[in-house]
Amino acid sequence: MSEVAVEMITVVIDGFEVTVPKGTLVIRAAEQLGIQIPRFCDHPLLDPVGACRQCLVDIEINGRAFPKPQASCTIPVETGMIVKTQLTSPVAEKAQRGVMELLLVNHPLDCPVCDKGGECPLQNQAMSTGQGSSRFEGVKRTFEKPINISSQVLLDRERCVLCARCTRFSEQIASDPFITLNERGALQQVGIYENKPFESYFSGNTVQICPVGALTGAAYRFRARPFDLVSTPSACEHCASGCDMRTDVRRGKTLRRLAGEDASVNEEWNCDKGRWAFKYITAVDRLKVPMIRDEAGELVEASWPEALAVAAQGLKATSAAVLVGGRATHEDAYGYSKFARLALGTNDIDFRARVTSDEEREFIAAHVVNSSTTYRDIDKADQVLLVGFEPEEESPIVFLRINKQFRKRALKVISIGSKESVGVEKLKGEFVKVAPGQEAAAISAQKLTDKSVILVGERASESAGVFTAVAALAQSSGAKLAWIPRRAGERGALQAGAIGNLLPGGRPVTDSVARQEIADAWSVNSLPSQIGRSTSEIIASVNSDQIGALLVGGVDPLDLENNKEALAALDKAFVVSLEIAPSAVTSRADVVLPVAAVTEKSGSFLNWEGRARSFDTAVDDSLNRSDLRILSMIAEEMGTSLNLGTVTAAAKEIASIKNWQGEPLKMKTASAPAQRQLNSNEALITSWRRLLDLGTLQEGEENLAGTARQTVAVISAKRAQALGVANGDLLKVSTAQGSVTLPALIENIHDDAIWAPRNSRGSQLLTDLNAVHAEVVTVVRA
Amino acid sequence: MTKLVPVLSAHWDEKDSFTLEAYKRHGGYKASEKALAMDPDAVIQLVKDSGLRGRGGAGFPTGMKWGFIPQGDNKDHYLVVNADESEPGTCKDTPLLMANPHVLIEGCIIACHAIRAKHAFIYIRGEVTHVVRRVNQAIADAYAAGILGNGVDVVLHIGAGAYICGEETALLDSLEGFRGQPRLRPPFPAIAGLYARPTVVNNVESISSVPAIVLNGAEWYQSMGTEKSKGTTLYSLSGHVANPGQFEAPLGITLREILELSGGVRKGHKLKFWTPGGSSTPLFTDEHLDVPLDYEGVAAAGSMLGTKALQIFDETTCVVRAVLRWTEFYKHESCGKCTPCREGTWWLVQILRDLEAGKGTEADLAKLLDLCDNIMGRSFCALGDGATSPITSSIKYFRDEYIAHLTNGGCPFDPVASTLFVGAGA
Repeated sequence: MSEVAVEMITVVIDGFEVTVPKGTLVIRAAEQLGIQIPRFCDHPLLDPVGACRQCLVDIEINGRAFPKPQASCTIPVETGMIVKTQLTSPVAEKAQRGVMELLLVNHPLDCPVCDKGGECPLQNQAMSTGQGSSRFEGVKRTFEKPINISSQVLLDRERCVLCARCTRFSEQIASDPFITLNERGALQQVGIYENKPFESYFSGNTVQICPVGALTGAAYRFRARPFDLVSTPSACEHCASGCDMRTDVRRGKTLRRLAGEDASVNEEWNCDKGRWAFKYITAVDRLKVPMIRDEAGELVEASWPEALAVAAQGLKATSAAVLVGGRATHEDAYGYSKFARLALGTNDIDFRARVTSDEEREFIAAHVVNSSTTYRDIDKADQVLLVGFEPEEESPIVFLRINKQFRKRALKVISIGSKESVGVEKLKGEFVKVAPGQEAAAISAQKLTDKSVILVGERASESAGVFTAVAALAQSSGAKLAWIPRRAGERGALQAGAIGNLLPGGRPVTDSVARQEIADAWSVNSLPSQIGRSTSEIIASVNSDQIGALLVGGVDPLDLENNKEALAALDKAFVVSLEIAPSAVTSRADVVLPVAAVTEKSGSFLNWEGRARSFDTAVDDSLNRSDLRILSMIAEEMGTSLNLGTVTAAAKEIASIKNWQGEPLKMKTASAPAQRQLNSNEALITSWRRLLDLGTLQEGEENLAGTARQTVAVISAKRAQALGVANGDLLKVSTAQGSVTLPALIENIHDDAIWAPRNSRGSQLLTDLNAVHAEVVTVVRA
Repeated sequence: MTKLVPVLSAHWDEKDSFTLEAYKRHGGYKASEKALAMDPDAVIQLVKDSGLRGRGGAGFPTGMKWGFIPQGDNKDHYLVVNADESEPGTCKDTPLLMANPHVLIEGCIIACHAIRAKHAFIYIRGEVTHVVRRVNQAIADAYAAGILGNGVDVVLHIGAGAYICGEETALLDSLEGFRGQPRLRPPFPAIAGLYARPTVVNNVESISSVPAIVLNGAEWYQSMGTEKSKGTTLYSLSGHVANPGQFEAPLGITLREILELSGGVRKGHKLKFWTPGGSSTPLFTDEHLDVPLDYEGVAAAGSMLGTKALQIFDETTCVVRAVLRWTEFYKHESCGKCTPCREGTWWLVQILRDLEAGKGTEADLAKLLDLCDNIMGRSFCALGDGATSPITSSIKYFRDEYIAHLTNGGCPFDPVASTLFVGAGA
């Protein structure tokens, strides 16, 4: 698709010519020349509002001067325009000075105790544009302070300069218009609706773009001065969106994380989980020293050499497999992948610590690895089809990008599922309602074009035939296809070959040429050629004595289906656990090796696009080491050299291995199951994880948890009537494994289905029910 | 000497002037009949030719405004009538609607025909409950008589009491159910107004002037008024006068003439200062008695014709006090959207209060003027500009009186002397 040529316009600003695309605002054309016009309400990603009046400049067009200074943030350039900013126009200079003085009339001089002090646009521009002292001698407006507009955002109204950035962000970017300006005159203030807190998944962005200290985050308030912080560019570890981030550390402790700027990925935004969920890093129970199980069966502290020796011995003694979770970086995953093949001599490795299917493994090997659908494709799409994927909950920046295109040009969104989500409602998406498990037929019925984009989530593995149907639809329509897993590390792990059917670069383990390429790269003679076991097969094999040892990194067994079997396998096998904090794995492990959390190491994630999101060590005095380093040490101990001493070495080796150019693995087709016949008290469960839930990386951040959506069981009006329940009445949902009791919510859901959050307080479906999608559950009034 | 020429107000003295029957008795709804038979563009041309200018204050040519509406765009068009009369001193639309609501309805029908609109919305100030009732009755009567509902629908919307909603784009936001705050322009209402559709926003008096123009022709209207300010208009006389009220005369009449026709300043007193068009137009003094009250004449003398709200203040009035009261009004009514108006009015009030109390120095006057300079022309809409007008003009003409407050250690005037009940034993 060729891009439409943009008309360019040349204007003169302060005597200098600048040529910019038509539609560019004067304030931004000036930026091109390095001329900084002071501003507050202006934000390049929000619609102009012209409220603060700080950016007034003199403008004339073809010799006709505007009678008064104009807000440069609201006026697009025009041919023949001559702009005089504060640098060349005394009128503009006085106007700006005047506005600055007025802005400070009601602004408190509490900079010494304000979180924003030191990084405050008002403070900075008062220095650059204001006068040394105020002529205002009167009484300032005061408010009760601060007020909680949610459990994590605090508002000091007297500091607010009413620029409306926060309210515009919430409405225009997040489509969560939960805050608004109310009252009038100097008493105008940001407010929430009565009893409706600012519970948006994106609320933290308003704190970041607030040009004063009016909005602060509860977790960071009064914690630090900006000039005491050391900032390191980083990447978000919470999902596959791939947000650019900044981590602010003081004296070795992470105090704050902010959204970084990357126009092609997260623009300037991130979600509240990425921003605020980092307490797990500084949790008091972080693992710090290696542990081994003694003769009495107790875990005891051990030296590194001792622990490594025990690990190596145990892994060498029997057939071993590798389970690596989605938090691994690309480099770490590569380490696990290489470790499995060289040290353990097996392809039994799987990065998917969740509900999976063989169909998914074949699908990602055939259609995802080495593919490159991007955010840009969403920007250009004629329609976006969502399958097994709720962008707002599972990859929030993907949601923001779709929303941007929806707001800009009414991008058509189609979602195939059993329950309509808030996110899809906000996108005014077409919701194709099917019974859980019956998605495949609805996918096949879609009419897409080669300009469409299909976004398929990891939950598609929970319905047989869905990946098959998606692949066929992409094939027949020419639509772009992207697989968006929930976790940050999965795409990188896929590229690194941390899965049983692929070697690094998407090379099929069954292809001898592919194997030889990697064997050459790794300086070994040969590599195992049999397709490795998947996560569930590995567990089953432990329980049937075919596998005796497990190397486990970053896996929570409670994320797996049949997790009783998973726990039994962990109990049974010799387990080496690489972990950051105590877990159900470490408590069952024979060797526990502490590893670095994301801020303590360098590396990169590949986001869903396959784009590298690299980051540096933010906390450099940490003693914790990356998984990669530890794997190398175990391998050495086992007599195998991985040659992956550092992340840099691993990154270099990864870069030297090009993507597979040969035939990708072919996918076997799977077909959808027949529709289930249900008794009147039965339903088919469907679920997804909410963005804010009981995920382990959110532990310890109570303010964030306070904005999580309520735990409910969603049923259709028809079922509600049949059960005689109203909203809020309790429903008991049960399987042979157990039950959950949740308040009912009547929404747009398939009559056969019941929805509950997968891992929220009071509703942990994998452990409580061992059923997450398309399984029969019993639903009765509690 | 110019005479009063009642056109809009011709039959206001009849007891039933507000009824459909009375309106029809004097040729009511003949103009719309005539206009509906005309080509819409011809109606626009007729209004253009008549020279009618907006009576809401800005004086923009009404016909030209109608002509801005894009035609053949397959979009709904809307007419919005601004009846949110809230400016201190301004009191013409209220009596007009009380005495003759049907002339507005007829004007709406004609204007809708001209701009190809099917819906007219009258946005009325919420406080004037009596007018709301009257206009509602008139609309109901017009529907019952089949005058409305056959191509044009009129909806009366009651405002919630914010001065800013008289600003046309704030009015549109309010009408759409949002908080009334002015919108960024462009897009102008003619392109994207109410519900983002092409919209004409006109004042009550402007639309009410149209039926007579249609009936009597552009030439007739042109024959009244001055070179660039045509026709008749309502002058609202209030304050320290013998006979306050509405005086309809051709544009260009002087205050001296109106005072002579109406009985003058209240007995025993003399004119001190006055507003030509409401509190946001710079003050005049007795020097300006012979300024022609048309758009150009008033502008040439340094003020604005505005809404022709002639508030008369005699020598008993403390100008500082009067200006403070107005400024308090603007502070209360500032919508809060932009910094200069929101913070500026907050500050202005505090300085003026000090000055009235005799606190401060002459340097505060300079500060006050500089502050006005930082508000005027820097605000988002005209509200901020209007707030500075009484201050700058009063300092211009009555600087000594401000200083007298400072030297006197407080206001040298007896506030009771300026009241209308003085001497009444109150």
